[in-house]
Amino acid sequence: MNKVSRWVWGSAIAVYAFLYLPLAIVVLFSFNDSNLNAEWVGFTLKWYVMLFNDEVMLEAAMNTLIIGLVTCVVATVLGTLAGFAMYKWRLRLLPVLVLTPIAIPEILMGVSLLIFFVMLNMTLGLVSITLSHIAFCIGFVAIVVRSRLQGMDESLVEAARDLGATPLMAFRKITLPLIMPGIIAGALMAFTLSIDDFVISFFTAGVGSNTLPLEIYSRVKVPMKLNPEVNAVSTLLMMLTLSLILIVSRVAPNALRAE
Amino acid sequence: MSKPVYGIGGRFAKWLISAPPLVYLLVFFALPALIMVFAAFRFPGDYGGLLPLVETDPETGKQTVLITLDTWRDYLTFENFGRFFEDSIYIELFLKSFWYAGLTTLICLILAYPLSWLIARSHKKTRDLLVLLVILPFWSNFLIRVYAWMIILGPQSYFSQAVNGVLGVFGIEPVSLLFSEFAVIVGLVYVHLPFMVLPLYANLEKHDMSLLDAAQDLGANAWQRFWRVTWPLSLPGVWAGVALVFIPALGMFAIPDLLGGTNSMMIGNLIKQQYLDSRDWPFGSVLSIMLTLSVLLLALVAAWAGSRGKKKD
Repeated sequence: MNKVSRWVWGSAIAVYAFLYLPLAIVVLFSFNDSNLNAEWVGFTLKWYVMLFNDEVMLEAAMNTLIIGLVTCVVATVLGTLAGFAMYKWRLRLLPVLVLTPIAIPEILMGVSLLIFFVMLNMTLGLVSITLSHIAFCIGFVAIVVRSRLQGMDESLVEAARDLGATPLMAFRKITLPLIMPGIIAGALMAFTLSIDDFVISFFTAGVGSNTLPLEIYSRVKVPMKLNPEVNAVSTLLMMLTLSLILIVSRVAPNALRAE
Repeated sequence: MSKPVYGIGGRFAKWLISAPPLVYLLVFFALPALIMVFAAFRFPGDYGGLLPLVETDPETGKQTVLITLDTWRDYLTFENFGRFFEDSIYIELFLKSFWYAGLTTLICLILAYPLSWLIARSHKKTRDLLVLLVILPFWSNFLIRVYAWMIILGPQSYFSQAVNGVLGVFGIEPVSLLFSEFAVIVGLVYVHLPFMVLPLYANLEKHDMSLLDAAQDLGANAWQRFWRVTWPLSLPGVWAGVALVFIPALGMFAIPDLLGGTNSMMIGNLIKQQYLDSRDWPFGSVLSIMLTLSVLLLALVAAWAGSRGKKKD
């Protein structure tokens, strides 16, 4: 190995360490028998026990799950339609509306939705959070589905039509099964994005309702309320999203890079 | 162009398929954005929010529109924009945010380049794994990633103690790593690094290695091969990465909020403050519009620079 490549390898390993060490520390301290996230004292599961007896955290987790599931279903349907339309026709308005929410800083969408819901005299809560999540998830699903369609062999659909299939039948029997991995990947991404979202939920949540990331924020923000229970919930949340993303990378290897 | 494959009366199908997402995004993205722009020209309400344009009689429930051709001057104003330019603190805050985002982008580029190069040059099988390893942390919760740095940079952490121990050897007073500009930059870099690696890798992967061999045959050393061949060819990827890091970093509010001190505020923190704390929505909207304009301008510059790089290929 020459000097240059040794240097490149060294810096690459350093970057991977930089990416993973902080997350490893959060996980490690979730098993640490100390109130402070500073020193390793000994192994314990008490923070997990505490977590499963924490009504506030459990309710936030429930809300997160409900919002995530509804967002996932609606955004997948709308995103698939959008992805299909963007692939099939040269549209002007739809691609702009689909892609801009992904490209702009999240805070802009958060505050504009806040004004919007308040103007409609809507009580901020689970409904307003879910409506907002759907709006920013459509784009991710649409991109994945469109890229899957682009990789599809059109002649299969033509063959089906030649053999007498109706357009709808050709779609159901040929196109849909072929793009299914894209749709599944998009759905999992929408679910993950929803349960992870902080910024847009922060502005559209109001006082009454809480999601897991919002609850984590409020505890991290106030040192008095902070204990390794937050590490425990973070660890579990991380496990959940990471396994979802590993599934996505299996189902549709290029989905994650489609951005 | 509608392809005849699906038949069902081209236009009808097009309408049927694109209408649901179109309508949804018009209502929950475009309309709120327009309302926000309009809000920038209105007056704040007595108890925060916006001064109402419609009055509802509490007894009869009858609604009267207050804003008319005669009274619009009482309800619409340019003052909020004036306020932005009058006091230099707002421009300064924008400049500071640009500086944070710019520094973040630069550090991300320096960290990401060797890594992306290595991934692009590695075996097809390891390549997918290495890319996945870059993507995975990005998909773990954003707040958890920031929280991780609160632990690492906290005053009692091993890292802080080690840093202050070293500083102590040189006779320098202990420093607080958390709640500082340093912490904000570390957080921004950490969260945005994958956005730089992915476009860079996508670009470097496509490079024709024989160009480097040719350069070497012609006597170019390692540095010249990088600077004269690889770097110019990678510029479209660099610009894509710059846009993908700079734009979200510029609008960030949670990282300065959690890792920063009182003087490491960014645009996002000011916007949040205007909407949720002082409840001056018109001015909050002005700030949001200014942020949007900055982002648009940057996206255009990056797109222009990127396409210029491509033409040279």
